[in-house]
Amino acid sequence: MTLTSLAFYLFATVSVASAFMVIASRNPVYSVLFLILTFFNSAGLFVLLGAEFLALILVVVYVGAVAVLFLFVVMMLDIDFAELNEGFLQYMPIGATVGLILLLELLLVFGASSTLVDKGQLPSATPDGMTNAQALGRVLYTDYIFLFQTAGAILLVAMIGAIVLTLVKSNNPKRQDIAKQNARTRDGAVELVDIEPGEGL
Amino acid sequence: MDSVFFDSYIWPALLVTLHSLAIILALLVSLAFFMLADRKIWAAAQLRKGPTVVGPFGLLQSFADIAKYLFKEIIIPTTANKPVFLLAPFVTMFLALSAWAVIPVNEGWAVADINVGILYIFAISSLGVYGVIMGGWASNSKYPFLGALRSAAQMVSYEVSIGLVIITVLLCVGSLNLTDIVLAQKTVWFAVPLFPMFVVFFISALAETNRPPFDLPEAESELVSGFMTEYSSTPYVVFMIGELANIVLMCAMMTILFLGGWLPPVDLAPFNWVPGPVWFIVKMGFMFFMFAMMKVIVPRYRYDQLMRLGWKVFLPLSLFYVVLVAGFLQYFDMAS
Repeated sequence: MTLTSLAFYLFATVSVASAFMVIASRNPVYSVLFLILTFFNSAGLFVLLGAEFLALILVVVYVGAVAVLFLFVVMMLDIDFAELNEGFLQYMPIGATVGLILLLELLLVFGASSTLVDKGQLPSATPDGMTNAQALGRVLYTDYIFLFQTAGAILLVAMIGAIVLTLVKSNNPKRQDIAKQNARTRDGAVELVDIEPGEGL
Repeated sequence: MDSVFFDSYIWPALLVTLHSLAIILALLVSLAFFMLADRKIWAAAQLRKGPTVVGPFGLLQSFADIAKYLFKEIIIPTTANKPVFLLAPFVTMFLALSAWAVIPVNEGWAVADINVGILYIFAISSLGVYGVIMGGWASNSKYPFLGALRSAAQMVSYEVSIGLVIITVLLCVGSLNLTDIVLAQKTVWFAVPLFPMFVVFFISALAETNRPPFDLPEAESELVSGFMTEYSSTPYVVFMIGELANIVLMCAMMTILFLGGWLPPVDLAPFNWVPGPVWFIVKMGFMFFMFAMMKVIVPRYRYDQLMRLGWKVFLPLSLFYVVLVAGFLQYFDMAS
């Protein structure tokens, strides 16, 4: 038990500290790297809860794909740090308001959960002796299949929308026709021209 | 009190540490010989002899190389981002080694036989891209940067088809545990019924580990040596070891997913006398031989061809196979 709580405090401290560093560090690449560290520690917290499937999906999806794209974009930005710091006072009131509202909401949620939910009835990570993956699969693909499919369809629409919005139509797009290239033979491509000496083409 | 504390915390921790150290040591030593095998196979295919000088048949060549790299001066470019620059190779190596915690070389031999073993390996191998991106960015130089960008796009693309291939195998097993995956292949290895997926996984593994013909992140004809251009000495050799460990990890993964892990080809007299780990290593060695041969016989892909192969050929093919296998299992009521 002590070891579990020790691990919990380790993961929790590191994830809070690195989450702070995400917004505190001046270099945006460092921010993304700290974000990755935060994801890792959150995954560790999931493991401690017994939700190992969720933990690894977090690592695969967020660290393995989403954060790679973040890093990809941030690395290519040409950022002027002096200019970045200038707007700080201008945006601070809005930022502070949003942060305050979020904090209030979180406090409300925690206050409600501590009074309403009986601590002994917290949901288990492995209900009815099923493994994580089975339990999640049952919820997603059996109980809430239509909602899940709807969410998938909405994401697909969003993805296609993003592609349509950013697709630049060119007048003479350079496209390869692989079948045409493969179907090309020597007869159609090479011609022997027999030139008489002194005449030219 | 003392003995309880010792029994429940210290002793298991000590055991796991020793177990991990043994695996890492065995892995690192074998990597040296894998590196040599790679060069020897390459040389043999080109009618050369390869390294012959250090030790009998050049067997100790890799150790000499590593020692040479370790004793060289570490050069860090002045405009490089020093912490990230030095962190990158260690990220690569650390990730490649930590994936070995769940690989079962024999029944019950894994350091941690966790329920979601295959997912753990998939997660760890999908993080391999960070070493490359960080190294390329921190070098603050154009060729490494271009190499890093190429690598990021390439590895993310091929992860998708690797994920779908893994799902196909998992549908046949009904468990994410690596030991269960191997034991499910007692009657027939998955390489037989799922042969197209085996091929897709093999080619995706080549792309995922930046091996030729997909070594565009370090294509020497265009990018000097890609993301590793500015690396020298110890960081360089750490990068090399990490890359090689990733390749061997992919070989181990193919052995587990498709070639029946430590199981003999048939459960008959001369075959099942051979102990499991030997089978595992033989199969892994065969996969590594295939990796090495690909390097020799296939010319490097062009970048757009690589992307086309990943997104327009492998993704639809593996997705189709997931649906096909799921439908087959459901129709014949074989789903577990």
